[in-house]
Amino acid sequence: MKLLQNLFDNIKPHVEKGAKYEKLHTLYEGHRTIFFKPSLTTGPTGVQVKDAADLKRVMFTVIVALIPCLLFGMWNVGHQHFLATGVFDATFLSKFLLGAGQVLPILIVSYGVGLGVEFTFCVIRNHPIEEGFLVTGILIPLVMPATIPLWQVAVATAFGVIIAKEVFGGTGMNILNVALTSRAFLYFAYPSQIAGDMVWTYLGDEVAVDGFSGATLLSYGAAAAANGTEMMADLGGHWYAGMFDFWNLFLGIIPGSIGETSVLMCLIGAAILVFTGVGSWKIILSVFGGAWVMGMIYNLSGANSFMLMPAHYHLVVGGLAFGAVFMATDPVSAAQTEMGKWIYGFMIGVLTVIIRISNPAYPEGIMLAILFMNVFAPLIDYYVVEAHKKRRLKRATI
Amino acid sequence: MPRTFHLNKGFNLPLAGRALLEECKINQPDSFAIKPSDFKGLVQPKLLVSVGENVKSGSPLFYDKGNEDVLFVAPVSGEISEIIRGERRKIIEIRILADKKIEYKGFKKYSKAEINNITRAEAVATLTASGVWPSFIQRPFGVVANPSDEPSAIYISAFDSSPCAPDMAYLMRGKEEVFQLGIDVLNKLVKGNIHLSLDATEIPSVFSGIEDVEIHKFSGPHPVGNVGIQIHHIKPIGKNDKVWTIDPLSVARIGTLFLEGIYDATKLIAITGSEVIHPHYVKTYSGACLDKLLANNLKETNLRCISGNVLTGEHVGVRGYLGHFHNQISVIPEGDEEEFLGWMLPSFKKLSFHKAFGLFSFLNPKKEKVLDTNTNGEQRNFTISGAFEKILPMDILPTYLFKSIISNDYDEMEALGIYEVIEEDVALCEYIDVSKNDIQAIVRKGIELIRNS
Repeated sequence: MKLLQNLFDNIKPHVEKGAKYEKLHTLYEGHRTIFFKPSLTTGPTGVQVKDAADLKRVMFTVIVALIPCLLFGMWNVGHQHFLATGVFDATFLSKFLLGAGQVLPILIVSYGVGLGVEFTFCVIRNHPIEEGFLVTGILIPLVMPATIPLWQVAVATAFGVIIAKEVFGGTGMNILNVALTSRAFLYFAYPSQIAGDMVWTYLGDEVAVDGFSGATLLSYGAAAAANGTEMMADLGGHWYAGMFDFWNLFLGIIPGSIGETSVLMCLIGAAILVFTGVGSWKIILSVFGGAWVMGMIYNLSGANSFMLMPAHYHLVVGGLAFGAVFMATDPVSAAQTEMGKWIYGFMIGVLTVIIRISNPAYPEGIMLAILFMNVFAPLIDYYVVEAHKKRRLKRATI
Repeated sequence: MPRTFHLNKGFNLPLAGRALLEECKINQPDSFAIKPSDFKGLVQPKLLVSVGENVKSGSPLFYDKGNEDVLFVAPVSGEISEIIRGERRKIIEIRILADKKIEYKGFKKYSKAEINNITRAEAVATLTASGVWPSFIQRPFGVVANPSDEPSAIYISAFDSSPCAPDMAYLMRGKEEVFQLGIDVLNKLVKGNIHLSLDATEIPSVFSGIEDVEIHKFSGPHPVGNVGIQIHHIKPIGKNDKVWTIDPLSVARIGTLFLEGIYDATKLIAITGSEVIHPHYVKTYSGACLDKLLANNLKETNLRCISGNVLTGEHVGVRGYLGHFHNQISVIPEGDEEEFLGWMLPSFKKLSFHKAFGLFSFLNPKKEKVLDTNTNGEQRNFTISGAFEKILPMDILPTYLFKSIISNDYDEMEALGIYEVIEEDVALCEYIDVSKNDIQAIVRKGIELIRNS
């Protein structure tokens, strides 16, 4: 440790105010504070002791909560590859390694580009390196398909960090969720690599088995609604029997974005976030609740077979669980009042299902629903705070 | 029938080094100081003494230009040794080299019957001339009360819930009679009632027989003992209200003033904190220099000596002076060292209100902890939501209030509750803030903005 401290101490004179590389001061501080909790102490007045938790630790807690999704995602990429290419005796390790080989480059590009942009802004605008990207950097790969070209990851990450965050003033000031902004950018700029039936399963150079289809359950639903066929019967004819059984969907052994498929892993992450108090259980619960209620309403109307899909299926397909647990709970872009969190989460759930079923252009709706509600969160909070003020005023004049 | 309030929100800091209930003899400090900055809301302090002059305990040292009747007096007799000034000649400290034997300036004595018959004007004149007046704090704003106001109520918190706080019953031992006399005087000043808030879990005998007050009982974690929190639950104040607060020791001091005709600045101080070898109580006077109070009682490490508790106190150093309103000295280690991966590694020793990854203090919330002065992280924008709301036992949205102050939005501040809080009420918010903002300073800024608007 002493060695590392000495190394930093040797660099310090070169980046201090007035020195040749003073512009790099924030970079120096940023790196030093990653290795060492700084020696800052409290001021002469105000509190003399401070809580052991800081933003770095809070963000790190989110990363810990994401690890189950990441590891499962790596395995599932390999698993889906071998299923689609007809290799049924592949070992756990070979699946995991193959998946990791696909996922890790995406992760590295996301972190590399994101931190590069972050560092550049820190130097130009002379603000400290903020922790927000630690989480964004892992969220971006988890909402991408495994087949995404790396250059697109790079462009999307840069877009997200600059447009969604830095132009607003950095972590804590952004309006939209940064990772979802990156994904939305790709969705509209390069739709053929992030949407459709062919992107979710990584085939590599190999040929898929006869009858293979990369369609997700939601695209089955959309097709059934368009063609007037029976959706649940169509699912029965899937090339791999049992793929879209409820419990298989829950476990997430299905094609999809890298980290979003497994509801079980998302729930483990949710347990960590809720227990540590980092994620709001109100938001998570109300997203699921909103989706289920809207699913039931569609069930009642029942104009086509997609609408008749059992409401609880909405909770286990697509990215709903991942979005509810890791995206909707982003404290900066979510509603910040307790009442607002219920409304915000519920509306995300409702909108997700509406987009899924009623909008033929977008088979999955959670991304757009969250971004949409990000924009509305300040409005929800505004009305909650106004109601609070009215109540306070009434109380004071009695 | 007293009302009982159970508060759920808050957080007790299990700081190591609570003082044992015993009083130890010490050599009295030679030097005492009065610091105008201890009194909030002063316009401009004007000196009444010069260096070299002799004063008695109770002799006026300065007055405030904003309210010339209220005198600020010497806690001990002796010679004015130094007047420390800061930027633009602002008075920082008026130091007194104390006599061995304290001489008192005489004020008029009253019998108990006479106290019952004095007029409001007479009471105010005695209180303002004798140096006890600055203990009346006006809410809103937490500033020294204006003698020409007639408050609708006076609130007294009879217990302190802050970390390692002194035991109020111990500080008040044997002061039943003067406390009651003080209450009788207070009743001359107030339009409505005097509210005395007791700790519901343990009611000390010193407060049990007090008359002419409205008793309330409070239970819950800190900040339950803060008078501002208690007012919020008893009868919240708004823009046009004016109430006063005062601490029990000052009430007893008022009683002594009327009964014996002296300004009695003696007080018991709790010497607390993990770096004190023998945490105990000592008897001294307001404004005492810390050096002799702590002599031979500190562990030999890199220390910080704080006048007051660790949440609202002031870092004065071992040669610094006790604050006027403080009954406690806290000595804790300085935390000016880096810690390898300290932001990430798991720890059972660190104390946290949050349960973020690797912080396990919630498993054993009562286990005493040694806390140092490290900020445990750098300052950031407000990022997480809902934490302040979990710790402030008031019907207030703290995050929105703080943001309205930062953005100088007067209407929002008023509507969101700036009239109900002072620094001490939000000290826990500052403690738990993962973005490490100076929230007490933010709130004081907001109060000053509203006062001057």
